[in-house]
Amino acid sequence: MTTTTLPVPGIVPPGPAPATADAIPAATERQLGGVILDVRNISLAFGGVKALTDISFDVREHEIRAIIGPNGAGKSSMLNCINGVYQPQQGTISLRGQNFRHMKSRQVAELGVARTFQNLALFKGMSVLDNIMTGRNLRMRSNILLQALRIGPAEREEIRHREAVERIIDFLEIQPWRKTPVGQLPYGLQKRVDLGRALAMEPQVLLLDEPMAGMNLEEKQDMCRFILDVNDEFGTTVVLIEHDMGVVMDISDRVVVLDYGRKIGDGTPDEVRRNPDVIKAYLGTSH
Amino acid sequence: METTFPRLLLGHAADRPGAAAMREKEYGIWQALTWRALAAMVEQIAAGLHLAGLRRGEHMVVMGANRPRLYATMLAAQSLGAIPVPLYQDAAAAECAFPIQNADVRFAMAEDQEQVDKLLEVRPSCPLLQAIWYDDPRGLRNYGEPGLASLDALMASGAEHVRAHPDFLRTEVDAGQPDDVAAMFFTSGTTGQPKGVVHSHRTLLDRAHAGAEFDKLGPQEEVLAYLPPAWIGQNIFSYAQWLACGYVVNCPESADTVMIDLKEIGPTYYFAPPRIFESLLTSVMIRMEDAGAIKRRMFQGFMALARRVGPALRDGEPVGALDRFKYALGDLMVYGPLRNNLGLSRVRVAYTAGEAIGPDLFSFYRAIGINLKQLYGSTETAVFVCMQPDHQVRADTVGVPCRDVEIQVADSGEILVRTPGLLREYYKNPEATAEVKTADGWYRTGDAGFLDAQGHLRIIDRAKDVGRLADGAMFAPKYIENKLKFFPHIKEAVAVGDGRGHVCAMVNIDFEAVGNWAERRNLPYAGYTDLAQKPQVYELIRECVEQVNADLAQDERLAGSQVHRFLVLHKELDADDGELTRTNKVRRGFIAEKYAVLVDALYGGRTEQFIETQVRFEDGRTGSVSATLRIADARTFPPLRAAA
Repeated sequence: MTTTTLPVPGIVPPGPAPATADAIPAATERQLGGVILDVRNISLAFGGVKALTDISFDVREHEIRAIIGPNGAGKSSMLNCINGVYQPQQGTISLRGQNFRHMKSRQVAELGVARTFQNLALFKGMSVLDNIMTGRNLRMRSNILLQALRIGPAEREEIRHREAVERIIDFLEIQPWRKTPVGQLPYGLQKRVDLGRALAMEPQVLLLDEPMAGMNLEEKQDMCRFILDVNDEFGTTVVLIEHDMGVVMDISDRVVVLDYGRKIGDGTPDEVRRNPDVIKAYLGTSH
Repeated sequence: METTFPRLLLGHAADRPGAAAMREKEYGIWQALTWRALAAMVEQIAAGLHLAGLRRGEHMVVMGANRPRLYATMLAAQSLGAIPVPLYQDAAAAECAFPIQNADVRFAMAEDQEQVDKLLEVRPSCPLLQAIWYDDPRGLRNYGEPGLASLDALMASGAEHVRAHPDFLRTEVDAGQPDDVAAMFFTSGTTGQPKGVVHSHRTLLDRAHAGAEFDKLGPQEEVLAYLPPAWIGQNIFSYAQWLACGYVVNCPESADTVMIDLKEIGPTYYFAPPRIFESLLTSVMIRMEDAGAIKRRMFQGFMALARRVGPALRDGEPVGALDRFKYALGDLMVYGPLRNNLGLSRVRVAYTAGEAIGPDLFSFYRAIGINLKQLYGSTETAVFVCMQPDHQVRADTVGVPCRDVEIQVADSGEILVRTPGLLREYYKNPEATAEVKTADGWYRTGDAGFLDAQGHLRIIDRAKDVGRLADGAMFAPKYIENKLKFFPHIKEAVAVGDGRGHVCAMVNIDFEAVGNWAERRNLPYAGYTDLAQKPQVYELIRECVEQVNADLAQDERLAGSQVHRFLVLHKELDADDGELTRTNKVRRGFIAEKYAVLVDALYGGRTEQFIETQVRFEDGRTGSVSATLRIADARTFPPLRAAA
């Protein structure tokens, strides 16, 4: 039994975080800011295969930006370029004006870019809590020895990180599975845990690689709500790749359309929907 | 009992300021809220509500799950002499409109976005509703609705006022009297509009104390509050008795984590309707099916023993030394771990109420050493009318009248109750009040039943459903149907017999259970209709019916209701066909009409009958099912007294 030391009202409601360090950034009004991520003339080739050809687009702060396209259009490659996993042969990517064409993925992460994966890359044998905790890795200051022995500042730090993780668990409504090994969870929930781990980084930009893939309708709706909530509550900029046109059109502010590694459309969902090239790429044309 | 809820709160805050009043699991840790902190919280909310204009005697809606700050809001409203009206958090928006209009509600406290959305939806039809506050701000940031504000903001304005008027709460609380109205509960009327049941501090607290004395509850109890606070059962257990006894109420993290939270808290005082106990048991049975062979054998062996000697041990009856030893062994290896897994290992007193509980289900819990008992009561009587004392527990009674309760059985068989916990009135509904309250203070429960030889009350049916056989003997269809339905092979049953010479029954088999049973016997069948008409299935059902008859024969009042003939229906009774209500209760009158041919065949002595029935499929199309139904006779037994 713990007796509270918190002041009245005694129990802190979820929502705006108190002023503890490392807490999730305070919420902001949803209004689009300036350009946070700028992609200029990116070309990427694997040997003779051109994955991306001269792609340019920008992402504004607090925006939900979607990248869509048929299979093999180069969507994931684009994300991997932003993420620092691939090094494009040409072009520049800048985050808040900082160029990071030749950066490693760790450096990109330190700049505040987090991502989720199309094919989940969670630790199946670890609990939901521990998986999300791994997302705090970049923010851990004490060294591995102190952490292992739980001495000095390590324990205080652990408590702080645990609190941040618990806020995310609360936010994503996965409390019932807090201690369940991730491998035992249904796919839709694993996706949520994956999102949780990315959120644990407190990213400024969140890259989501097909967050709705393989989900049923209800799971998709839940995921949509979480993406909108993340964007709304934390002001996080979201770049997402998606297959499902309906979902994208509903939640995105602007959409980039790729086909065979080229950009064929860019604009609001309505503009994109009316774009003849996009219609052709998605529905085909009669010859 | 010269006190009120807010006075009790201030008492606890003064006597044991540092003791935990509530706990809520937040961020994975149980956070305790002390009585002092709770009182301070109530003071701020009360001051905020006072500034907002909440007046003495005015109603205020509280809508949400069990959350400490919603409990504090109810206390704050009561401190100001206002009347909290808890509404069901899972009700549809349209259902919330009537109570808000009926009670002229101007202020509402909602738990979260979901509840706020509902209140905003009904606001156009509730012009008086001017202010809505919410506890959890998530998702509500961009709501610009007028009159919508967070509970934090309300408390901040209240804190300001409290600083200027330090005696504010004390003065307001002192002005409240025990006979003031304390709360109003809307009952879900099966017909017509819901009725607001008005209770005073005195009626609720008197019953809370009566229940607490009966089971010697004290401040050391732990309770998990997980049922809707708008239901009087939850309200009594986690609000009225909480303040009366000063124990700890624990709020689960979310509806999905109740089972985990139950295990972590290990409540000592537990209350649940039968369906919860049923789903708990089902989950145990499913997990045992998946367990290894050794565990399964051990479980089956020890459960057989528990069923034989467990209830006797709980009732303090003599049990042989060897059985005692074996039971102790079983406790170590099976019952103890099982109780722990269910989160019931610390339970001292557990109650079930609300509907009839199956004897097998009931005795399962008693057999593994949980002191599960039954009680009888309703919203109108502030719950406690009858309770089962320890060691006098039976599946088919609901116990003895508790303190200050008088019970009378009317000539019609209806149970009349006189209790200090009786409702004052139905709000703005004098006709309904006059219908249930007699001039000399008796309350018509609408239930039919009788007091047995040991003074225990036995409920048999709703009074309006009780009929008479041709010879004048009482005929309680639901009682017979329930007895039949307690068998796992019978899903639904309809008993007919009002005004007839004897009772007949139409039965629905439980397709899953009987299908399983048939498979284990290598009995092939083509589908529901085919399976239902198998002679072997008729034998199976006949055994059930005859066992019910043997049971009924034990009681001379009900011996005449033994089932003489029965048939197994060719289709499942279905709400889509109008045979069941949406809450899955059989619509007896409709069925008797629809299946009139079958009823005639039952009474006409025929051995089979052809019938064709229209059915409505889920997509709206209709079709027909036809079959020739066999009709079987069941053995009946002479009444017990005649046999002796």
